[in-house]
Amino acid sequence: MNFTLKIWRQKDAKSKGGFETYKVENISADTSFLEMLDILNNNLVHEGKEPVAFDHDCREGICGMCSLHINGLAHGPGQGATTCQIYMRKFRDGETITIEPWRSAAFPVIKDLVVNRGAYDRILQAGGFVSVRTNSVPDANAIPIPKADADESMDAAACIGCGACAATCKNGSAMLFVAARVSSLAKLPQGRVEGARRAKAMVAKMDELGFGNCTNTGACQAECPKSISIAHIARLNREFLSAKFED
Amino acid sequence: MSCFLSNSSLGKKLVMSITGCFLVLFILFHMSMNITAIISPEGYNAICEFLGANWYALAGTLVLAAGVVVHFIYAVVLTLENYKARGSQRYAVTVKEPNVSWASKNMLVLGFIILGGLLIHLFNFWAKMQLVEIMGEHTNSLGFGPADGAALIAYTFSHWYYVVIYLVWFLALWFHLTHGIWSMFQTAGWANDTWYPRLKCIANVVATIVFLGFAAVVIVYFIQSLCPCNGGAC
Amino acid sequence: MAFKLDAKIPAGELAQKWSNHKAAIKVVSPANKRKLDIIVVGTGLGGASAAASLGELGYNVKVFCIQDSPRRAHSIAAQGGINAAKNYQNDNDSVYRLFYDTIKGGDYRAREANVYRLAEVANLIIDQCVAQGVPFAREYGGLLANRSFGGAQVSRTFYARGQTGQQLLLGAYAALNKEIAAGSVKSYPRHEMLDLVIEDGEARGIIARNLVTGEIERFGAHAVVIATGGYGNVFFLSTNAMASNGSAAFQCYRKGAGFANPCFTQIHPTCIPVHGDQQSKLTLMSESLRNDGRIWVPKKIEDVKALRSGAKKPSQIAEEDRDYYLERRYPAFGNLVPRDVASRAAKERCDAGFGVNETGLAVYLDFKTAIERLGKDIIKQRYGNLFDMYEEITDVSPYEEPMQIFPAVHYTMGGIWVDYNLMTTIPGLYAIGEANFSDHGANRLGASALMQGLADGYFVLPYTIGDYLSHKIQAPKVKTDTPAFAEAEKNVKERIARLFSVNGKQSVDDIHKKLGHIMWENVGMARSKESLEKAIVEIQALRKEFWKDVKVVGKAEEFNVELEKALRLADFLELGELMARDALNREESCGGHFRVEHQTEEGEAKRDDERFVYAAVWEYKGPDAAPELTKESLNFEFVHPAQRNYKD
Repeated sequence: MNFTLKIWRQKDAKSKGGFETYKVENISADTSFLEMLDILNNNLVHEGKEPVAFDHDCREGICGMCSLHINGLAHGPGQGATTCQIYMRKFRDGETITIEPWRSAAFPVIKDLVVNRGAYDRILQAGGFVSVRTNSVPDANAIPIPKADADESMDAAACIGCGACAATCKNGSAMLFVAARVSSLAKLPQGRVEGARRAKAMVAKMDELGFGNCTNTGACQAECPKSISIAHIARLNREFLSAKFED
Repeated sequence: MSCFLSNSSLGKKLVMSITGCFLVLFILFHMSMNITAIISPEGYNAICEFLGANWYALAGTLVLAAGVVVHFIYAVVLTLENYKARGSQRYAVTVKEPNVSWASKNMLVLGFIILGGLLIHLFNFWAKMQLVEIMGEHTNSLGFGPADGAALIAYTFSHWYYVVIYLVWFLALWFHLTHGIWSMFQTAGWANDTWYPRLKCIANVVATIVFLGFAAVVIVYFIQSLCPCNGGAC
Repeated sequence: MAFKLDAKIPAGELAQKWSNHKAAIKVVSPANKRKLDIIVVGTGLGGASAAASLGELGYNVKVFCIQDSPRRAHSIAAQGGINAAKNYQNDNDSVYRLFYDTIKGGDYRAREANVYRLAEVANLIIDQCVAQGVPFAREYGGLLANRSFGGAQVSRTFYARGQTGQQLLLGAYAALNKEIAAGSVKSYPRHEMLDLVIEDGEARGIIARNLVTGEIERFGAHAVVIATGGYGNVFFLSTNAMASNGSAAFQCYRKGAGFANPCFTQIHPTCIPVHGDQQSKLTLMSESLRNDGRIWVPKKIEDVKALRSGAKKPSQIAEEDRDYYLERRYPAFGNLVPRDVASRAAKERCDAGFGVNETGLAVYLDFKTAIERLGKDIIKQRYGNLFDMYEEITDVSPYEEPMQIFPAVHYTMGGIWVDYNLMTTIPGLYAIGEANFSDHGANRLGASALMQGLADGYFVLPYTIGDYLSHKIQAPKVKTDTPAFAEAEKNVKERIARLFSVNGKQSVDDIHKKLGHIMWENVGMARSKESLEKAIVEIQALRKEFWKDVKVVGKAEEFNVELEKALRLADFLELGELMARDALNREESCGGHFRVEHQTEEGEAKRDDERFVYAAVWEYKGPDAAPELTKESLNFEFVHPAQRNYKD
């Protein structure tokens, strides 16, 4: 297969970027999208040009490092998959593919398609944990947890922190990300203890870092590579509001 | 607690949700009242009389106006913040995500259409009814009594362009409500995966009832205006 | 000068060693902890849990990772589970049994005392993780569920769907975030360690490159902890993440730390087969699949031909024409034999011509029996995400047709030599998790890597590091404006400049692929004297080629992925040779190390306990000089090495 690639190139955070067009040829349908970019980059290196910088690591959809807005969709075509899990058979031979970095004020571009997602770390540092010390814990089976609650907690905990939710949201809102963590811990007795504090602190940090306000479009859920439900956002709302009304 | 409604994203959203809920209830009331105008113009006028320039109707009007103003101001503030959060560089290519409604992404635009419709509506009706009473007059510019709502309806919807404008207005309201009604439950935290289909269904049903209820009055009166015997039994 | 290795294994009964040791080692008072700095490099299970626990104790911790967030470390990709001898299933599990299974699984090439300690603290890990909010799988009664893994006859593996590594790492990352918020830990994401700094024979800090700006920065501390994982990417294609590398460990080796058993590489039996020459990495299918999946190839060569040509689908092969070779060869363990055994058995069938895809390098992992027995829904619940992942990659649904699998490089048991305290041969330098060599011997059992990473980070290092740091309470803050730091920084800068100055014709990946090919063909699943000698010569030649012909574009003072890759490859080119040398030296077969000259008549690994009951510890002697070998002999006081038997 052959493709024309329109890729956002930007030297660094301060420089102005723009699109450049490249061609890749003889790509097998079984090649993954990032392998296709590897091939492009190897060609560019051979031509003495700078390869396209993009984030990636595990290439099996779990580390959350890869990003990319491909043909208008976060993590490209198809649902429930990260960019590294997209294969070229999803595209038409001869297609022009536009590749952009995440666009959100809270995710500034570092270079080309690489953005800084440190804001997500900072939100979790604000309260996305259970305050237990190492070794100061009861036996694992001392706290029975209904299977349904553990499963729901796991549904939310599947978040890989890739940033697709905020990147795809027309409001640049990080609600799904924040909700996933808050909801996952809220469903477990261990997390309930500091549930109110957590919800307030994480929402305050999210607001402070300049993420937008959720308007319930559900675009985040549609584009989340782990298909995390906005029901977790409802739970975050509940957690936050009840915490505030108790103040 | 006093400030989270203005300084946190979720608090602001809650204000949108509560004011929105209040406005939905008002709209349902208004619609029910309008239906009366089809069944019995006299009954309708009795309601208009009841809601004249007396203290409870004035208080209600003020609260209602406050609801609209707060809903509107918060919407603008939230949207401006969201615009900023989106960053200065926009995507060159965007497509609609699957299962994302058009209305949900265009609530502000719909809101402006609704607001525009509201202003026309206030000019057409409120300014010729309650305002006239407040000013202490006994007839309005058209020569009707301020409580003769039925006559005012008949007059307004004898003009085809008002019919069109009002129908567009109701359509925008329909879109706005299809998202707004389930969304206000979501924002208040009263939603989950089981209830999403139900809430969305309720939203669509309510929005459709509102649309049909309002549109029925407009269309019935427009058709009546076309009849040569005007209001008679032809 | 050979190493004087002292493993510092405490005396006494096996079960008492760790408690005795903890009682004997020194501790640092809270007031003094505040004055001490520790650098932790890497934020996987080992690094994150260590940094969090050390921060919690009151030390000043600086933690480094090469990704944009500590949460991205490759521990996150571990799927199947984590072992602990809780005996929640009442199947007669115990700390001793976990210890025994692990040391036997490692083919008796690990230290008894370390492995016992690992088994002992494993239970604490489960308690710790549950308290952190790790959503482990549960039964309807609300208590924790378990499943079985290779090399064990009990169900002791705890899991969170197919994302156990992710959930455990998010737990450790959350603990780390708690400490970052508290100010006891400072995080340096997108920073890569490029050298270790030694003063007065002790580790004093690191030189790191800020991967965003390209700036070379100095960081000083009273102790340095290496938690940078394994070096499987020396093979180019492996299940490791793209950026996983052996450079931090190799810099320690270059600076004088002993590197132990570098040839012990785990080849994981259930990976998706290679599909073409443009592939960038191999995807693992969790070992947990072997709980319900059955591995087979056709009995008849005609069927193999029909499958390869597409004339037949695997589901059309009759039951009596299938060779469930693991069940046939190893009746007692069946499909759940350890990884090295399963991998070699797959290779044996493929070498015999029964490989089922066009390349002849694949076998089937079939769920037909399990789906018939349990129903599609239960299988979906257990493995749904893995099945989806498989279908996404191959376009074949495992519910309809069996998976194709083939062994691939997965884990490196070898690593930096450490004593019982996890300290390397360099005082003040520690290595934990996959980066060290200590606990898995010649083969690691499934669900034990997570166990080791967290054991080291939460429950071992925070105690043992105090023994060393108690001698440093008088030491001032480590200054970074000293000649040692200046020298190390200069070397790093020169190395980078040298890479740019080559300006050859081949990309870093071109050469890395060549190295991977040499390694896989000669230092892979089956090794021989000839193949290893050939590999050494070829790697040396390739290293010369690299320094003459590599092309690194861009500049040093910017975000430059090509430079990052080139620096890592330069180290792999030396590490690969070290692996070959170690494999050549070890004239026996054990665990993942299989020398074709040393096998039983049935093709099983044949150990030589007369000559090789030792850890081979290598000392760096220069880029082109042969390293020097020191042996740490392994004394088996409590278990007696026997031929591993998974047949009955």
